[in-house]
Amino acid sequence: MEDLKKLYDAILTGNFKIARETTQQALAAGIDPQALVQQQMIPAMDEVGRRYEANEYFVPELLISARAMKASLELIRPLLAAKGAEPAGRVAIGTVKGDLHDIGKNLVAAMLEGAGFEVIDLGVDVSPEKFITAVNERHATLVAMSALLTTTMNSMKTTVEAIKAAGVRQKVKIMIGGAPVTQKYADEIGADGYSNNANAAVALARKLVAA
Amino acid sequence: MTSVLAQLLGPGLVITDGAWGTQLQALGLLPGECPDGWNLTHPDRVRQVAQSYVDAGSRVILTNTFRSNRITLAGHGLADRVEEINRAGVTISRSAAGARARVFASIGPTGKMLMMGEVTEEEVFAAFAEQAAALQAADALVLETFTDLEEARIAVRAAKTTGLPVIASMVFDSGKDKDRTMMGSTPEQVAGVLAEAGADVIGANCGLGMEDYIPVAKRLRAATSLPVWIKPNAGLPELADGHIVYRTTPAEFARLAGGLKDAGVSFVGGCCGTTPEFVQALHAALLA
Repeated sequence: MEDLKKLYDAILTGNFKIARETTQQALAAGIDPQALVQQQMIPAMDEVGRRYEANEYFVPELLISARAMKASLELIRPLLAAKGAEPAGRVAIGTVKGDLHDIGKNLVAAMLEGAGFEVIDLGVDVSPEKFITAVNERHATLVAMSALLTTTMNSMKTTVEAIKAAGVRQKVKIMIGGAPVTQKYADEIGADGYSNNANAAVALARKLVAA
Repeated sequence: MTSVLAQLLGPGLVITDGAWGTQLQALGLLPGECPDGWNLTHPDRVRQVAQSYVDAGSRVILTNTFRSNRITLAGHGLADRVEEINRAGVTISRSAAGARARVFASIGPTGKMLMMGEVTEEEVFAAFAEQAAALQAADALVLETFTDLEEARIAVRAAKTTGLPVIASMVFDSGKDKDRTMMGSTPEQVAGVLAEAGADVIGANCGLGMEDYIPVAKRLRAATSLPVWIKPNAGLPELADGHIVYRTTPAEFARLAGGLKDAGVSFVGGCCGTTPEFVQALHAALLA
């Protein structure tokens, strides 16, 4: 269908106006919103991710595509919710206590939103208690932590420990990322996964919520 | 070329300094604490770091003002201390440098993304112009560790309002050949845009180790007639027993730095993980 391909292209090239317009038109024409998401939008973001991994796309292209995806999802989400469809997952994301850097965290948040996750952005310098509150009161099923500094990375460990101590560890998956973070560190502190860029974070989040 | 730079570069390659943050941590800076705030609370310890580089033979030392723009300091509750912190930073480095070294004042990025609309171009320009004015007593301004070419371009324009020489240095650590900035800019694009904005020196720092920065240095050298500035990390960070370590030794770092000299780089120093020992090793390897 020619018109729906336009939505795919708009997301791939990061044109949020066209993404929004074609979504409106498709919905007005009675196209199933779930089909739009599954057949056009997610494949478009997957292609964005592939191009990023292949070094054809860089961070700016990721961001504008995620923004186009979000513009389209904002129109679709209420319809899906009305049908009782749940988001891909509910993520509480934040830069850990003591660390004020938010570029990496914001990139991951934008990409997760683009992938259909509900994102609860807790901001920077987030205490373990705030992550726990997001799990208890806002029913986050995934906790995503970021740190840029080697000196603040340890807050990830204390947050994982606090989540265990609060008795909610089994309710959530925990993923971490940031310049100094490695898979080895994730294993050491008992996180469920690590990713080294915003695109890989989406794949990881999908894997963790499916597990 | 400005007279300060011409005078410095007259005898040839200039060795700058190494990392400050890790040195301040060794002197008691706490995780998450704002290093720049120490210019007011612990000037003696900041001076100790500056002095260690002067004593190691740095002909250019920076200042402890990397985060001292209004936008970044606001996150530490220090937005109203911009002028004081920057002025103190220059005073401290100057007192350590005396007549032995030049003081190039450090300006880092805001940590906010223009393209996500977190800050406006006007806010970024105003923040850098304010910081640059407060650093007026320095010999030059070093815009370092920038990841977004657009933000760097704005920072160069703001820094140039002081009339001081401006070094503009970006991180190249992305893409399969590790030759792009986070936003995807190539060395050629960076050199072109920053020279056009008025930069007097173009550089690369942080992100990569010495070996990986040699090809970037060659491309910057080929892309511009301006002097080139390179400050690599001491390799890539690794985790050992819960601590971050950089594995490259001073001797190895300095041996590889011969490649920068051959590439025609004018200013050589170190970023994360480097220490005064690295500066001494650079001296032995490059100027002997």
